[in-house]
Amino acid sequence: MSEAVPSPWRRRSLLLAPVAVAAVAGTGFYAMLRGMGTGTYDPRGVPSALLGKPAPDFSLPALEGAERPALGGTDLRGDRPVLLNFFASWCVPCVIEHPQLMTMMRDGVAVLGIAYKDKPEDSLGFLRRHGNPFAKLGVDQPGRVAIDYGLYGVPETYLVDKGGVVRWRWAGPITPEILAQQITPLLKRFA
Amino acid sequence: MIRWLFLLLLACGPAWAVNDPADQLPDARLEERARVIGRELRCMVCQNQSIEDSDADLARDLRRIVREQVAAGKSDTAVTDFVHQRYGDFVLLRPPLKLATALLWATPAVALLGGLLLIRGMRRRRAADAAPESAEELSATERARLAKLAGGHNE
Repeated sequence: MSEAVPSPWRRRSLLLAPVAVAAVAGTGFYAMLRGMGTGTYDPRGVPSALLGKPAPDFSLPALEGAERPALGGTDLRGDRPVLLNFFASWCVPCVIEHPQLMTMMRDGVAVLGIAYKDKPEDSLGFLRRHGNPFAKLGVDQPGRVAIDYGLYGVPETYLVDKGGVVRWRWAGPITPEILAQQITPLLKRFA
Repeated sequence: MIRWLFLLLLACGPAWAVNDPADQLPDARLEERARVIGRELRCMVCQNQSIEDSDADLARDLRRIVREQVAAGKSDTAVTDFVHQRYGDFVLLRPPLKLATALLWATPAVALLGGLLLIRGMRRRRAADAAPESAEELSATERARLAKLAGGHNE
Protein backbone atom coordinates (compact mmCIF):
# COMPACT_ATOMS: atom_id res chain seq x y z
CA MET A 1 0.00 0.00 0.00
CA SER A 2 1.54 3.30 -1.00
CA GLU A 3 0.66 6.64 0.68
CA ALA A 4 -2.03 8.54 -1.15
CA VAL A 5 -0.58 11.59 -2.86
CA PRO A 6 -2.86 14.62 -2.27
CA SER A 7 -3.80 16.53 -5.36
CA PRO A 8 -1.96 19.89 -5.73
CA TRP A 9 -5.05 22.00 -5.00
CA ARG A 10 -5.69 20.15 -1.79
CA ARG A 11 -2.11 20.65 -0.70
CA ARG A 12 -2.29 24.34 -1.36
CA SER A 13 -5.61 24.70 0.46
CA LEU A 14 -4.16 22.86 3.44
CA LEU A 15 -1.35 25.38 3.60
CA LEU A 16 -3.76 28.30 3.31
CA ALA A 17 -6.26 27.01 5.88
CA PRO A 18 -4.33 28.11 9.02
CA VAL A 19 -3.61 31.48 7.42
CA ALA A 20 -7.30 31.96 6.65
CA VAL A 21 -8.35 30.94 10.16
CA ALA A 22 -5.79 33.32 11.68
CA ALA A 23 -6.97 36.14 9.41
CA VAL A 24 -10.64 35.67 10.33
CA ALA A 25 -9.87 35.37 14.05
CA GLY A 26 -7.57 38.38 13.91
CA THR A 27 -10.16 40.54 12.18
CA GLY A 28 -12.77 39.47 14.72
CA PHE A 29 -10.54 40.24 17.67
CA TYR A 30 -9.58 43.57 16.21
CA ALA A 31 -13.24 44.53 15.76
CA MET A 32 -14.04 43.43 19.33
CA LEU A 33 -11.14 45.32 20.87
CA ARG A 34 -11.94 48.42 18.86
CA GLY A 35 -15.57 48.25 19.95
CA MET A 36 -14.54 47.81 23.57
CA GLY A 37 -12.18 50.78 23.23
CA THR A 38 -14.87 53.12 21.94
CA GLY A 39 -17.54 51.63 24.21
CA THR A 40 -19.71 50.44 21.32
CA TYR A 41 -19.19 46.76 22.15
CA ASP A 42 -19.69 45.13 25.51
CA PRO A 43 -18.62 41.47 25.71
CA ARG A 44 -20.96 40.93 28.65
CA GLY A 45 -23.81 42.71 26.93
CA VAL A 46 -27.14 40.94 26.64
CA PRO A 47 -29.96 42.21 24.44
CA SER A 48 -32.98 43.52 26.31
CA ALA A 49 -36.07 41.31 26.32
CA LEU A 50 -38.15 44.48 26.16
CA LEU A 51 -37.17 45.68 22.70
CA GLY A 52 -40.26 46.31 20.59
CA LYS A 53 -42.51 45.87 23.62
CA PRO A 54 -44.39 48.49 25.62
CA ALA A 55 -42.36 50.00 28.44
CA PRO A 56 -43.54 48.50 31.76
CA ASP A 57 -45.79 50.79 33.74
CA PHE A 58 -44.69 52.07 37.12
CA SER A 59 -45.12 54.90 39.57
CA LEU A 60 -42.16 56.12 41.59
CA PRO A 61 -41.88 58.79 44.29
CA ALA A 62 -40.01 62.02 43.57
CA LEU A 63 -36.55 62.75 44.92
CA GLU A 64 -37.07 65.21 47.75
CA GLY A 65 -35.08 68.38 47.20
CA ALA A 66 -34.29 67.75 43.54
CA GLU A 67 -37.12 70.06 42.43
CA ARG A 68 -38.24 67.63 39.77
CA PRO A 69 -41.64 65.97 39.44
CA ALA A 70 -42.06 62.29 40.30
CA LEU A 71 -41.86 59.75 37.49
CA GLY A 72 -44.45 57.30 36.25
CA GLY A 73 -45.02 55.09 33.22
CA THR A 74 -47.36 57.65 31.64
CA ASP A 75 -44.47 60.13 31.43
CA LEU A 76 -42.86 57.86 28.84
CA ARG A 77 -45.64 58.39 26.32
CA GLY A 78 -45.75 61.78 24.71
CA ASP A 79 -45.04 63.78 21.59
CA ARG A 80 -41.38 62.76 21.39
CA PRO A 81 -39.10 59.88 22.30
CA VAL A 82 -37.60 59.86 25.78
CA LEU A 83 -34.50 58.40 27.35
CA LEU A 84 -35.00 56.59 30.63
CA ASN A 85 -31.78 56.46 32.62
CA PHE A 86 -31.14 54.32 35.69
CA PHE A 87 -28.33 55.72 37.81
CA ALA A 88 -26.92 55.65 41.33
CA SER A 89 -24.52 57.81 43.29
CA TRP A 90 -22.44 54.72 44.11
CA CYS A 91 -21.99 53.88 40.46
CA VAL A 92 -18.67 54.92 38.95
CA PRO A 93 -19.59 54.58 35.23
CA CYS A 94 -22.52 56.91 35.98
CA VAL A 95 -19.98 59.66 36.54
CA ILE A 96 -18.44 58.89 33.15
CA GLU A 97 -21.74 59.16 31.30
CA HIS A 98 -23.08 62.16 33.18
CA PRO A 99 -21.57 64.82 30.87
CA GLN A 100 -23.34 63.14 27.94
CA LEU A 101 -26.68 63.27 29.79
CA MET A 102 -26.08 66.96 30.50
CA THR A 103 -25.32 67.55 26.81
CA MET A 104 -28.57 65.85 25.79
CA MET A 105 -30.54 67.85 28.32
CA ARG A 106 -29.07 71.08 26.92
CA ASP A 107 -29.95 69.90 23.40
CA GLY A 108 -33.56 69.56 24.48
CA VAL A 109 -33.75 65.76 24.71
CA ALA A 110 -36.22 64.47 27.28
CA VAL A 111 -34.03 62.60 29.76
CA LEU A 112 -35.88 60.92 32.62
CA GLY A 113 -34.07 59.52 35.61
CA ILE A 114 -34.54 56.68 38.07
CA ALA A 115 -32.26 56.58 41.11
CA TYR A 116 -31.59 52.87 41.61
CA LYS A 117 -30.97 51.45 45.10
CA ASP A 118 -29.59 54.69 46.36
CA LYS A 119 -30.17 56.72 49.51
CA PRO A 120 -32.14 59.84 48.48
CA GLU A 121 -29.60 62.14 50.13
CA ASP A 122 -26.78 60.45 48.20
CA SER A 123 -28.64 60.79 44.87
CA LEU A 124 -29.25 64.43 45.68
CA GLY A 125 -25.57 65.00 46.48
CA PHE A 126 -24.60 63.30 43.21
CA LEU A 127 -26.90 65.55 41.17
CA ARG A 128 -25.74 68.68 43.03
CA ARG A 129 -22.12 67.81 42.29
CA HIS A 130 -22.51 66.80 38.63
CA GLY A 131 -25.66 68.65 37.58
CA ASN A 132 -29.22 67.41 37.12
CA PRO A 133 -30.01 66.40 33.52
CA PHE A 134 -33.40 64.86 34.35
CA ALA A 135 -36.73 66.44 33.45
CA LYS A 136 -38.46 64.05 35.83
CA LEU A 137 -36.98 61.87 38.49
CA GLY A 138 -38.14 58.79 40.36
CA VAL A 139 -36.64 56.96 43.32
CA ASP A 140 -36.48 53.15 43.12
CA GLN A 141 -34.87 52.13 46.38
CA PRO A 142 -36.14 48.53 46.41
CA GLY A 143 -35.09 48.12 42.77
CA ARG A 144 -38.38 46.52 41.74
CA VAL A 145 -39.10 48.80 38.77
CA ALA A 146 -35.56 48.07 37.61
CA ILE A 147 -36.34 44.33 37.58
CA ASP A 148 -39.48 45.00 35.53
CA TYR A 149 -37.15 46.57 32.97
CA GLY A 150 -34.70 43.69 33.07
CA LEU A 151 -31.98 45.89 34.47
CA TYR A 152 -28.80 44.11 35.52
CA GLY A 153 -26.54 46.98 36.44
CA VAL A 154 -26.24 50.73 36.47
CA PRO A 155 -26.10 52.78 34.42
CA GLU A 156 -28.66 51.53 31.94
CA THR A 157 -30.52 53.66 29.46
CA TYR A 158 -33.72 52.88 27.55
CA LEU A 159 -35.04 54.74 24.55
CA VAL A 160 -38.83 54.77 24.56
CA ASP A 161 -40.65 56.03 21.46
CA LYS A 162 -43.74 58.25 21.34
CA GLY A 163 -46.03 55.26 21.58
CA GLY A 164 -44.33 54.06 24.75
CA VAL A 165 -42.48 51.18 23.06
CA VAL A 166 -38.92 50.34 24.12
CA ARG A 167 -36.71 50.76 21.03
CA TRP A 168 -33.18 50.58 22.39
CA ARG A 169 -31.36 49.74 25.57
CA TRP A 170 -27.78 50.42 26.51
CA ALA A 171 -26.26 48.66 29.52
CA GLY A 172 -23.22 50.68 30.50
CA PRO A 173 -22.10 54.27 30.39
CA ILE A 174 -23.12 56.47 27.48
CA THR A 175 -19.85 57.54 25.93
CA PRO A 176 -19.62 60.42 23.42
CA GLU A 177 -19.36 57.70 20.72
CA ILE A 178 -22.57 55.99 21.84
CA LEU A 179 -24.31 59.35 21.89
CA ALA A 180 -23.15 60.29 18.38
CA GLN A 181 -23.38 56.89 16.70
CA GLN A 182 -26.49 55.44 18.31
CA ILE A 183 -28.64 57.80 20.36
CA THR A 184 -28.66 60.80 18.03
CA PRO A 185 -29.70 58.79 14.94
CA LEU A 186 -32.32 56.90 16.98
CA LEU A 187 -33.82 60.10 18.35
CA LYS A 188 -34.11 61.38 14.77
CA ARG A 189 -35.64 58.13 13.57
CA PHE A 190 -38.28 58.04 16.28
CA ALA A 191 -38.88 61.82 16.45
CA MET B 1 -19.95 33.69 22.12
CA ILE B 2 -23.08 33.30 24.20
CA ARG B 3 -23.33 29.77 22.90
CA TRP B 4 -19.93 28.93 24.37
CA LEU B 5 -20.85 30.58 27.63
CA PHE B 6 -23.88 28.36 27.83
CA LEU B 7 -21.88 25.24 27.16
CA LEU B 8 -19.34 26.25 29.76
CA LEU B 9 -22.07 26.90 32.29
CA LEU B 10 -23.73 23.57 31.74
CA ALA B 11 -20.43 21.91 32.55
CA CYS B 12 -19.99 23.77 35.83
CA GLY B 13 -20.85 21.97 39.02
CA PRO B 14 -23.10 23.61 41.58
CA ALA B 15 -21.87 25.18 44.78
CA TRP B 16 -24.67 26.38 46.99
CA ALA B 17 -23.10 29.49 48.41
CA VAL B 18 -26.11 31.41 49.59
CA ASN B 19 -27.96 30.32 52.64
CA ASP B 20 -29.21 33.45 54.31
CA PRO B 21 -31.91 32.17 56.70
CA ALA B 22 -33.67 35.54 56.56
CA ASP B 23 -34.42 34.99 52.87
CA GLN B 24 -35.73 31.45 53.23
CA LEU B 25 -39.36 30.52 53.26
CA PRO B 26 -40.60 29.01 56.53
CA ASP B 27 -42.32 26.18 54.64
CA ALA B 28 -39.55 23.73 53.69
CA ARG B 29 -41.51 22.38 50.72
CA LEU B 30 -42.04 25.84 49.24
CA GLU B 31 -38.43 26.75 49.94
CA GLU B 32 -37.27 23.66 48.06
CA ARG B 33 -39.49 24.59 45.12
CA ALA B 34 -38.07 28.12 45.14
CA ARG B 35 -34.54 26.71 45.11
CA VAL B 36 -35.27 24.43 42.19
CA ILE B 37 -36.63 27.42 40.24
CA GLY B 38 -33.74 29.64 41.27
CA ARG B 39 -31.09 27.14 40.23
CA GLU B 40 -32.36 27.39 36.66
CA LEU B 41 -32.10 31.19 36.59
CA ARG B 42 -28.90 32.96 35.73
CA CYS B 43 -27.57 35.76 37.86
CA MET B 44 -27.22 38.52 35.25
CA VAL B 45 -24.46 40.20 37.23
CA CYS B 46 -22.10 37.24 37.66
CA GLN B 47 -23.40 35.48 34.53
CA ASN B 48 -21.82 32.17 35.46
CA GLN B 49 -23.84 31.52 38.57
CA SER B 50 -27.48 30.84 39.24
CA ILE B 51 -29.36 33.29 41.43
CA GLU B 52 -29.26 30.67 44.18
CA ASP B 53 -25.46 30.64 44.09
CA SER B 54 -24.77 34.31 43.68
CA ASP B 55 -24.10 36.90 46.32
CA ALA B 56 -24.96 39.79 44.01
CA ASP B 57 -27.64 42.27 45.06
CA LEU B 58 -29.69 41.62 41.97
CA ALA B 59 -29.59 37.86 42.58
CA ARG B 60 -30.88 38.42 46.11
CA ASP B 61 -33.71 40.58 44.77
CA LEU B 62 -34.64 37.89 42.28
CA ARG B 63 -34.47 35.19 44.97
CA ARG B 64 -36.90 37.25 47.02
CA ILE B 65 -39.22 37.69 44.05
CA VAL B 66 -39.15 33.95 43.34
CA ARG B 67 -39.98 33.20 46.99
CA GLU B 68 -42.74 35.82 47.14
CA GLN B 69 -44.38 34.36 44.08
CA VAL B 70 -43.97 30.77 45.20
CA ALA B 71 -45.49 31.70 48.57
CA ALA B 72 -48.32 33.48 46.74
CA GLY B 73 -49.21 30.18 45.09
CA LYS B 74 -47.85 30.76 41.57
CA SER B 75 -46.82 27.72 39.57
CA ASP B 76 -43.15 27.03 38.81
CA THR B 77 -43.58 27.92 35.15
CA ALA B 78 -45.39 31.15 36.02
CA VAL B 79 -42.50 32.22 38.23
CA THR B 80 -39.90 31.31 35.61
CA ASP B 81 -41.95 33.13 32.94
CA PHE B 82 -42.02 36.27 35.10
CA VAL B 83 -38.23 36.44 35.10
CA HIS B 84 -37.91 35.21 31.50
CA GLN B 85 -40.18 37.99 30.21
CA ARG B 86 -38.01 40.62 31.84
CA TYR B 87 -34.55 39.25 31.22
CA GLY B 88 -34.93 37.22 28.04
CA ASP B 89 -33.54 33.80 27.11
CA PHE B 90 -30.15 34.54 28.61
CA VAL B 91 -31.56 34.37 32.13
CA LEU B 92 -32.49 30.73 31.66
CA LEU B 93 -29.52 28.50 32.37
CA ARG B 94 -31.22 25.88 30.21
CA PRO B 95 -31.97 27.80 27.02
CA PRO B 96 -35.34 27.10 25.38
CA LEU B 97 -35.35 25.19 22.10
CA LYS B 98 -36.42 27.58 19.34
CA LEU B 99 -35.18 28.81 15.99
CA ALA B 100 -32.58 31.16 17.45
CA THR B 101 -31.16 28.51 19.77
CA ALA B 102 -31.53 25.53 17.42
CA LEU B 103 -27.84 25.64 16.46
CA LEU B 104 -26.87 25.66 20.13
CA TRP B 105 -28.82 22.50 20.80
CA ALA B 106 -27.85 20.87 17.53
CA THR B 107 -24.11 21.49 17.89
CA PRO B 108 -23.26 18.11 19.51
CA ALA B 109 -25.23 16.20 16.87
CA VAL B 110 -23.76 18.32 14.07
CA ALA B 111 -20.23 17.76 15.39
CA LEU B 112 -20.79 14.02 15.67
CA LEU B 113 -22.31 13.79 12.20
CA GLY B 114 -19.48 15.90 10.77
CA GLY B 115 -16.91 13.61 12.38
CA LEU B 116 -18.60 10.49 11.01
CA LEU B 117 -18.80 11.98 7.52
CA LEU B 118 -15.13 12.93 7.74
CA ILE B 119 -14.14 9.41 8.76
CA ARG B 120 -16.22 7.91 5.95
CA GLY B 121 -14.71 10.30 3.43
CA MET B 122 -11.19 9.48 4.56
CA ARG B 123 -11.83 5.74 4.39
CA ARG B 124 -13.31 6.00 0.94
CA ARG B 125 -10.39 8.03 -0.28
CA ARG B 126 -7.93 5.54 1.16
CA ALA B 127 -9.83 2.70 -0.45
CA ALA B 128 -9.88 4.54 -3.79
CA ASP B 129 -6.16 5.34 -3.56
CA ALA B 130 -5.37 1.76 -2.67
CA ALA B 131 -7.52 0.27 -5.44
CA PRO B 132 -4.90 0.14 -8.23
CA GLU B 133 -2.40 -1.45 -5.86
CA SER B 134 -4.74 -4.22 -4.79
CA ALA B 135 -4.94 -5.71 -8.25
CA GLU B 136 -3.79 -9.04 -6.84
CA GLU B 137 -7.21 -9.34 -5.20
CA LEU B 138 -9.63 -10.41 -7.85
CA SER B 139 -13.34 -9.82 -7.96
CA ALA B 140 -15.78 -12.69 -8.14
CA THR B 141 -16.30 -12.34 -11.90
CA GLU B 142 -12.55 -12.15 -12.51
CA ARG B 143 -12.01 -15.24 -10.41
CA ALA B 144 -14.76 -17.08 -12.31
CA ARG B 145 -13.19 -16.08 -15.62
CA LEU B 146 -9.76 -17.15 -14.45
CA ALA B 147 -11.13 -20.47 -13.27
CA LYS B 148 -12.75 -20.99 -16.61
CA LEU B 149 -9.54 -20.18 -18.48
CA ALA B 150 -7.46 -22.35 -16.19
CA GLY B 151 -10.00 -25.14 -16.35
CA GLY B 152 -9.91 -25.01 -20.16
CA HIS B 153 -6.15 -25.58 -20.11
CA ASN B 154 -6.26 -28.51 -17.75
CA GLU B 155 -8.77 -30.46 -19.61
